Amino acid sequence: MARINVLKTYKNFIGGKFPRTESGRYFQIKNGNDELLANMCLSSRKDFRNAVVFARKVQKSWQNKSSLNRGQVLYRVAEMLEGRKSQFIEELMMTGLSKLHAKNEVELSIDRLIYYAGWSDKFQQVFSSVYPVASNHFNFSLLQSVGVVSVISPNEYSLLGMISVIAPIIVGGNTCVILSSEKNPMVGISFAEVLNTSDVPAGVVNILTGKRKELLSHFASHKDVNAIIYCGDNNQEIKEIQHLSSENLKRVKIYKHKNWDHNSSQSPFFIETCQELKTIWHPNKV
Amino acid sequence: MSFPNLLTVPKIDKIGVEERVNRFCKRSIKNSSKTHGLHLALSMIDLTTLDGKDTPENVKRMCYKANHLHDSLQGIPKVAAVCVYPTMVKYAKKELKGTKIKVASVATGFPSGQSSLDVKLSDTKFAVNEGADEIDMVISRGKFLAGEYNFVFDEIASIKEVCGKAHLKVILETGELDTLDNVRKASEIAIYAGADFIKTSTGKINPASTMPVTYVMLNAIKDYYKKTGIKIGMKPAGGISSAKIALQYLVMLNETLGYEWMNKDLFRFGASSLANDVLMQLQRQESGYYESIDYFSKD
Repeated sequence: MARINVLKTYKNFIGGKFPRTESGRYFQIKNGNDELLANMCLSSRKDFRNAVVFARKVQKSWQNKSSLNRGQVLYRVAEMLEGRKSQFIEELMMTGLSKLHAKNEVELSIDRLIYYAGWSDKFQQVFSSVYPVASNHFNFSLLQSVGVVSVISPNEYSLLGMISVIAPIIVGGNTCVILSSEKNPMVGISFAEVLNTSDVPAGVVNILTGKRKELLSHFASHKDVNAIIYCGDNNQEIKEIQHLSSENLKRVKIYKHKNWDHNSSQSPFFIETCQELKTIWHPNKV
Repeated sequence: MSFPNLLTVPKIDKIGVEERVNRFCKRSIKNSSKTHGLHLALSMIDLTTLDGKDTPENVKRMCYKANHLHDSLQGIPKVAAVCVYPTMVKYAKKELKGTKIKVASVATGFPSGQSSLDVKLSDTKFAVNEGADEIDMVISRGKFLAGEYNFVFDEIASIKEVCGKAHLKVILETGELDTLDNVRKASEIAIYAGADFIKTSTGKINPASTMPVTYVMLNAIKDYYKKTGIKIGMKPAGGISSAKIALQYLVMLNETLGYEWMNKDLFRFGASSLANDVLMQLQRQESGYYESIDYFSKD
């Protein structure tokens, strides 16, 4: 007797749980031959709001963990991903990638996580500095995480792109809410399963699936979000983000490049993007 | 005031209650009704601080908040009451002079209720003398679970006596009563012993207020009303932290007891963080954006 396939239900990832969207809506993902791959949650602003609440709640404690510890957690994510390599390769192939490309993307993703895990306790030294000042002060600057970051994940390289964006965000002590690649969101939710089985505290990374057009304005306008990262080159969308973000002086970062597999897509400057420079004047003679 | 006939108390169908409660959570509420509901929820809040670390200063701060929830929002109501420990009553009373906000005080060895009747009575008297408008007492759960219903009944009745004009809310601490049948039984005892309000929880025990428990208590109130024509109030407390949950409670209230109960004289929310969440939702309805909690006062 032929076996009936057991298909996965792809749901959102919010606060360390996998809830369905509040809206009860879905959209379909099809492959090149127009065959249905999965029904995905079509998230609404309320899902985003809930995710921000979780991201905000855990942000302080995540920021206060030692840098070394955050690096270890990231390394653990890489370990978990390594163990499930074949699943991710298969999932990427379902969406039309060749085996070679899929394998390459998954391996690069793992390496990228490890790259940023390594930077966790080093970026602070690189970007912090001491300034010579004329008065009797010891004047120095250091980096502090900006807080909650909303992310419109790249459409290209659904796995590698997402990891390249979120690894530098969380390694710096931020928490984030991500809209998974609209074209191929499945792999983003599978990555959430990896996060959930590693030591990333619930709420540090929240992943939604849905339509950019619908969610963009909420990602940009929410006042409890401190920064937004947009991956893409749609000028109209970029303008809308910049306009709405001005409401609460949100930091806006646009990544227009699409070569996420390239070495130039990993650098400590991606960490610095979501860091606030804090300068301290410490009196040294009273 | 007579002891209820516990043999005729209906048995609770737990699955049925849960099914019914689930239905309340699925109502679609139009925007204008939602705004109205949020305003109503705000006006029903007992802003609460019940910590060992409470000081006159933080009680004063909370009273200020009770009176000025969020001044930049126009036309929002004030909360119904503040709820504090007996020793803090006089500070709250002083701060809220001239407003219609009531001062509620917990009493009778809150939260465990493990003290002698003498201590409980003098605890209550003290709170009343300090000026408390409402007394939130706890029942002796240990005695209740041991089946000493008469003891529980007498205790509530004697506290009611020393309350005088102050309203009496009886906390059943449903998280410790184990079954819905017990919740119903305890509700009957409290109502017949003279409670003006019945209240779910102290907020110190998990689970605190849940919808099934509140539903059972609302039905006890309904049956009592049918029999005697007397309206008893309801106060779910603890665990109601978001506007969404508050609206679900209001839907349940409306569909169980009806519109007559939809006011602060007969329904209260015991909560500390609910007010800010409701305010944030109202703010969003006005501006279209979700706000950051940084723009609201701390609880």
